[in-house]
Amino acid sequence: MAEPVEATSEVEDMSRVSIQNITKTYEKGTVTALDDVSLEVESGELFGLIGPDGAGKTTLFRILTTLLKPDEGKAEVNGFDVVDDFWEIRKIVGYMPGKFSLYQDLSIIENLNFFATVFETTVEENYHLIKDIYVQIEPFKDRLAGALSGGMKQKLALCCALIHEPKVLFLDEPTTGVDPVSRKEFWDMLDLLKARGITIIVSTPYMDEASRCDRIALMQDGKIMEIDRLENILEKHRQPTYSVKGTDRHRLIQDIRSFDQTDSCFAFGEDNHVVFKDSPATDSLLHFLGEKGHMNLTVHEVMPDIEDVFIKLMLEQENHG
Amino acid sequence: MNTLKYLLQKEFKQIFRNPTILRLIFMMPVIQLILIPLAADYEIKQINISVVDQDHSPYSNRLTQKLLSTGYFQLAEYGNSYQESLKAVGEGDSDIILTIPPDFEKQLIKEDGAKLHLAADAVNGIKAGLGTAYASQIIADFNREVREEWVQFPRFSPLPLVEITSAGWYNPHISYYLFMVPGILAILVTMVGSFLAALNIVAEKEAGTIEQINVTPVKKWQFILGKLLPFWVLGMVSITLGMVVSFIVYSILPVGSFFTIYVFSAVYLLGVLGIGLLVSTFADTQQQATLFAFFFMMIFILLGGLYTPIESMPNWAQWLTKINPPAYFIEVIRAVYIKGSTFKDLLPDFGMMIAFAIGFNWLAVRNYRKRSA
Repeated sequence: MAEPVEATSEVEDMSRVSIQNITKTYEKGTVTALDDVSLEVESGELFGLIGPDGAGKTTLFRILTTLLKPDEGKAEVNGFDVVDDFWEIRKIVGYMPGKFSLYQDLSIIENLNFFATVFETTVEENYHLIKDIYVQIEPFKDRLAGALSGGMKQKLALCCALIHEPKVLFLDEPTTGVDPVSRKEFWDMLDLLKARGITIIVSTPYMDEASRCDRIALMQDGKIMEIDRLENILEKHRQPTYSVKGTDRHRLIQDIRSFDQTDSCFAFGEDNHVVFKDSPATDSLLHFLGEKGHMNLTVHEVMPDIEDVFIKLMLEQENHG
Repeated sequence: MNTLKYLLQKEFKQIFRNPTILRLIFMMPVIQLILIPLAADYEIKQINISVVDQDHSPYSNRLTQKLLSTGYFQLAEYGNSYQESLKAVGEGDSDIILTIPPDFEKQLIKEDGAKLHLAADAVNGIKAGLGTAYASQIIADFNREVREEWVQFPRFSPLPLVEITSAGWYNPHISYYLFMVPGILAILVTMVGSFLAALNIVAEKEAGTIEQINVTPVKKWQFILGKLLPFWVLGMVSITLGMVVSFIVYSILPVGSFFTIYVFSAVYLLGVLGIGLLVSTFADTQQQATLFAFFFMMIFILLGGLYTPIESMPNWAQWLTKINPPAYFIEVIRAVYIKGSTFKDLLPDFGMMIAFAIGFNWLAVRNYRKRSA
């Protein structure tokens, strides 16, 4: 037991990611991608950036991987400044962009060898890191990357991002456009990598993947709305939430919103999640909806999940902004 | 150094896997060299002429016959109304009108001089210019014949005659192939160097792979050299192929040495690759790069002296050709091929090429920011 503890403490000093008041604008300052973002990721952590498209996740990744310079603020990866020490950072981070960007006209093994050699290492040397993932695509290793399926491309991209044994791994929406089974497999792989002490920052638009992260940051419009462990966030923002179901779904959501006691109402699959302004007013809502001619209404309280919280925070941000 | 080796390995693998690039590199020299010299022949043979003969005399008839017998002219029409013939020119049926006035023969005999009128369709300037020149020459010849006949009697005529014969130095038969082929070789190298290199780099931008490279410790210069060297090699291959094709198809070999050609090509390619690199820094998509390269190529070719002699351009255009790299290269290749110029003769051009190589690459590297701001 002594050894792993030592190893962890050694890594602990090093592979953290620290972001202080980063602001980044595009189009000569007219579009704000990141607005005064601060964030600390501990070493060995599996950290999730969660937010819809356009929240600024990719811009943050591009700054941390030294592809972009921030307009304002400072960021450090592993103790290296992203602007001043970018050469050092490039040696120790692995980056998997949201869009598949390996050479489509090279085969799996050629891509892997190429990325190993530009980091002055070999596939053999770090095979232990990628073994679990690589065995799944090894039967196709001579196939051109352009001819691979989405799931295989993603596995290859992860292998290429890992082949130089990075200390910090940045994964930009790795599960977007991937089937549910592969998504689950992918998160299992991340757990394995985390167990090896690699700090992982992963972005995703899928709220349900938040539960797989140690901590998450909820992002919207270039701002971080909340950073914490998922349970803590849920705990902190818990409010009585009711699921309302009916037959005429389209008209139902509009009518619930027009009810004067309704604070917010959003469609969640088949249901509508409703939050009331002051006290729960389920009976008067049912009465109101009955008058509007809705049939087969059911109401029951639900445990708010991360999506409920996200919508709550988003509305709060909109009201304050 | 190892990184560069791997970058080069990767690049060549990709090039040899891309059938389009290979086809382009092998087919371009062959097709261009076969087609263009045959098509771009300045010697104009099929000039349609309208003869407006208002005289209908033996002399006017003889002049017409003489014009047609040279082979340069084809009789489009033989009439007696200038207006009618002008209509034919307007419709594109005729290129030149020769008007023989009513009293042509009479004046020629009685007044010792007659007037003729030539009108050319100048929409195609080259055809008009050359047609008029040919016709004037033939008429002058006719004039001399007539005069010689009349002064037959004092046998040893005091009539002074100046006869001009011309000799085409270096290209005795004024063969257009010999003139065009080296020029096309130069254009080939330019296209391979600038076009293909630019497209290749922009393709990496488009695919996002350049970003994946940018998060590795690969240095800027390694990436650039990794891109330029393969196309430098391809450029050298393409000029070699071009010279082989010129020999097989036209039996043209350089009078000067291959060594001179290769040394110039090597340095010239560096400059051209710099242009390609520069284009790639402006363009974000292959489509943009293609349009940029197309624009550059048009200017390069038109201001390069491939088709029209630089000396006949207006001053400002001549000045532009001084900063047009292909203009130098076309001149050098022609000089080595046709005149047999040696490296020493072409030293000033060599200096310019080194300047271009340094200049364009400097501009490109300055513009190529590995980290976008």
